[in-house]
Amino acid sequence: MSEQTPPSSPPASPGAAATAPPARSVDEIKRDPLVAAAVSRVDDAIVGAKEFAGEITLFADRDRIVDVCRAFKNDGFVYLVDLAAVDYSKYPGHTGPRFSVAYTLYSFQKNNRVRLRVWTADKEPVPSVTAVWKTANWHERETFDMFGIEFSGHPNLERILMWDGFNGFPLRKDFPVRGIDTGARIYPEVFPEGGGPKAGSTGKPANDVNVYKGEWKRYGTWPAAQIGGGGNGAKPAPAPKPAAAVAAAPLAPAAPKEDADV
Amino acid sequence: MNKALMTYLLWPLVKFVIAFVIVQVIVAAMNWVERRLLGLFQARLGPNRVGPWGLLQIIADPIKFLLKEDIVPARAEKVAYFLGPILPLLPAFIVFCLIPYGPPPTFTVTRVNVGLLLILALTSTAVYGIILGGWASNNKYSLMGGLRSAAQMVSYEVPFGLSIVGVLMICGSLDLVTIVRYQEINAWNFLPQIVACFIFLVSMNAENNRTPFDLPEAESELVAGYHTEYSAMKFAFFMLAEYSMMIVNSCLIVTLFFGGWTLGMFGFGLTTDVLRGMGLFGGLLGAAIFFTKVMLFLLMYVWFRATFPRFRFDQLMDLGWKWLIPLSLANIFVTGLFILAGQELLMSWIGVILIALTAFYLFKPRRKPEPATKVVHAS
Amino acid sequence: MFDVHEMEINFGPQHPSTHGVLRVILKVDGERIIDAKPIIGYLHRGTEKLFEHMAYPQCVPHTDRMDYVAAATNNLGFVETVEKMLGVSRQIPKRAQLLRVILSELQRISSHLLWLATHAIDIGAMTPFFYTFREREQILDLFEEYCGARLTLNAMRIGGMPEDLPHGWLDDLATFCGKFGPAMDEYESLLTTNRIWKRRTIGIGVLSPEEAIEWGITGPPLRGSGVEWDLRRAQPYECYPELEFDIPTGRNGDTYDRYLVRMAEMRQSNRILEQCIPLIKQTPAGDIKAKISKVIRPPEGEVYHSIESPKGEIGYYIVSDGKTQNAYRCHVRPPSFVNLQALPAMAKGHLVSDLVALIGTIDIVLGEVDR
Repeated sequence: MSEQTPPSSPPASPGAAATAPPARSVDEIKRDPLVAAAVSRVDDAIVGAKEFAGEITLFADRDRIVDVCRAFKNDGFVYLVDLAAVDYSKYPGHTGPRFSVAYTLYSFQKNNRVRLRVWTADKEPVPSVTAVWKTANWHERETFDMFGIEFSGHPNLERILMWDGFNGFPLRKDFPVRGIDTGARIYPEVFPEGGGPKAGSTGKPANDVNVYKGEWKRYGTWPAAQIGGGGNGAKPAPAPKPAAAVAAAPLAPAAPKEDADV
Repeated sequence: MNKALMTYLLWPLVKFVIAFVIVQVIVAAMNWVERRLLGLFQARLGPNRVGPWGLLQIIADPIKFLLKEDIVPARAEKVAYFLGPILPLLPAFIVFCLIPYGPPPTFTVTRVNVGLLLILALTSTAVYGIILGGWASNNKYSLMGGLRSAAQMVSYEVPFGLSIVGVLMICGSLDLVTIVRYQEINAWNFLPQIVACFIFLVSMNAENNRTPFDLPEAESELVAGYHTEYSAMKFAFFMLAEYSMMIVNSCLIVTLFFGGWTLGMFGFGLTTDVLRGMGLFGGLLGAAIFFTKVMLFLLMYVWFRATFPRFRFDQLMDLGWKWLIPLSLANIFVTGLFILAGQELLMSWIGVILIALTAFYLFKPRRKPEPATKVVHAS
Repeated sequence: MFDVHEMEINFGPQHPSTHGVLRVILKVDGERIIDAKPIIGYLHRGTEKLFEHMAYPQCVPHTDRMDYVAAATNNLGFVETVEKMLGVSRQIPKRAQLLRVILSELQRISSHLLWLATHAIDIGAMTPFFYTFREREQILDLFEEYCGARLTLNAMRIGGMPEDLPHGWLDDLATFCGKFGPAMDEYESLLTTNRIWKRRTIGIGVLSPEEAIEWGITGPPLRGSGVEWDLRRAQPYECYPELEFDIPTGRNGDTYDRYLVRMAEMRQSNRILEQCIPLIKQTPAGDIKAKISKVIRPPEGEVYHSIESPKGEIGYYIVSDGKTQNAYRCHVRPPSFVNLQALPAMAKGHLVSDLVALIGTIDIVLGEVDR
């Protein structure tokens, strides 16, 4: 795997800059007593190391991640705390593969955590560690659901938070934060690209569905008048007319595929 | 007119209607009492908006039920669906004829010499409506609820019946009036038959699908069990049937074990003869005593509902088959021994001793658990 | 294909006892559960995506909404993670730390009270619900007095607390602590020795300690299985090292043990609160924020930090690119999500009624499971 040389910066503590320890080299981190035993068993699979805010992160070779995890589990890191992925496509100055999957492990005896990271690109599957820790099952499903990273060897890799048939991977950086124009795209043969009922398919005009046409009943006075008039009997401001406002607003255009804000 | 017609048809009809009205008033009152009393137990007010102390709620609820939209599931079995709520009502209404509410002959609607057997047979038929309702609703949860309820009610019929056998052996008759008359001459039957009384109490709760045995209508598991798909008046019928059966069961336990309309034992106190001597006022007094005792048992129903969690289904069946039935059979055996030996009075004394022991065990002062100041190893 | 004995029931998203929108597809044989498959995602709101588009201080109210029953601990987790990235964890003033601890423990009690209420009512005892909510009202009143909100508190800021305590708040807190012990006795008298309760909970959903760690379970379920591990002791944060409290641990790993563990935890939280009150009175008033810049821009790097929320270990994995004021990636490790994974393993072989007890005993909040 390509080696990412991240800037290993010491924890920035204002007022303690003079006493910040110098950054350790990759080999020094690999020899740290917390991870030394496990690393020694799979030394060639660990391709990098980093330390930040007192936490050690080791970069592992993607194809050998299962061995690395097993080595760590045998060394006492029996508890997989978290499995998260990061999409580096919009990271300033990043030139490596797009995704990184981070496995945070915890050892009860050593009472400390370590993080393993692997780099992977789009459409390149990562071996699943479900056989090593059962808890990885749902974590990997969630990562697949949110990023599209496939885990080979996973017992049932399906979407977990989004519904089956959702097209898109929400946490990728090119997925717009406002969401894509989808209703429930469960029947791709019937509903258009992006989902949602076709305008006119239900027989009603599409912009008329949930608009209240009656008069909104007002209870009490609007606060604006009281704040401004000081309660001296000033006429309350008239209520806004929601029906007319909604009816007048044009149908929102289809959301662009790229999120313009990022 | 014809005297026979008067005696055997019209006069019992009138009495039945009066008794029916009184009981339905109690049913409606029970609705209110249950909600307010549950509120009292749970540190909140019950319904208190609709009238003074929420009393008009009793009228508001039936109006709501009558006016509500009656939703029938599309694929429900229509005939069975409509029959479902009606069937549990029939036994409840019929049994009201057979229970003596006060000193005979005025205050008993009919006097059947196998009254108890008839009552047992009729109350057993209440299961049909529940099964039909649960199955016909085209809903897996209702089906499960109906089946659970059927199994529960059928299993608890056995201790329900067997626990009464002890009473029958002592009193020597199936006629409810005779049983009450026996109790005023000797001790009230809960003393010699304390174990049977307890078994009857538990079976009565289970027959009625009330907590702690309310699994068929367990709100948290099956949404509402067999009456999930019923709305408006049909649901009201189920509720009516449930409350009516509660009252029937309470009347039964009062009649069989707690002296019916009398307040006397061993010939002292307000016995039937004393009440008859007071004329109509005595009769009314007897009825009032009877209904007061019934209300106390209804309050007990509500108390159980507020306090206990519910049994799981297999634990419920365990309790019925493995504990209550052997206990009731043992009770019959022991009662038989005592009767053979002619020592019925001794049974009463044993009952008193058992009650005293239980009270002592329940109310004895206990050490307060010390606060957790060290690592608490649970269980 | 199905065996003729099996029935597939949908323990649907709308159900009185699924504590939110959880759907469990059950394969039952009569009443026995053969398989249970939880389906989640009904409450997914894209919190992690939103975190990437908001500045760090703006994210704090969103963390409230995840585990909406225990908002203060969610807030605390996030705020502490960002402080760890900034390196100012040691500089939070004592008063702010104590206040954070007080709010967290109050939140723990409040969350456990809600758990007790819903667990009891699922199993059929409807009265503890009302009693526990009576105490919970007092706690929510305390929260409202402090930060204006009862449920979604937004009561922590990066570097300290938003405001100092109002007058008389500590006295109200002391009153509450005094009343809470007898209230706990009342709940215990209703349930702990109740034969029916014990029959419904002993032996249900047994998890061995190894299995619990394998499934990544944390919090009271893990402690109920016998593993004496609490983040407040193992990786202490705020001023927990100075406070005295015990870690209640179970023995058998069944539902009854988890129940006892949570009851004992409530008492321990009360004990912590009673210790904090005199300690916070000794700190100078008004000293509730560390001196950090208004613009939160942590240096480039990634960090994972977790705290002990009432449901388990809630962790935040934040990746910062050092240039913007937003997190580049903020992943939440929700305890309920991970604990819920073990539901099929716990439920196999039990009855449908036990499933309800199990969902209650894992104590999930769907807002946290789905984010």
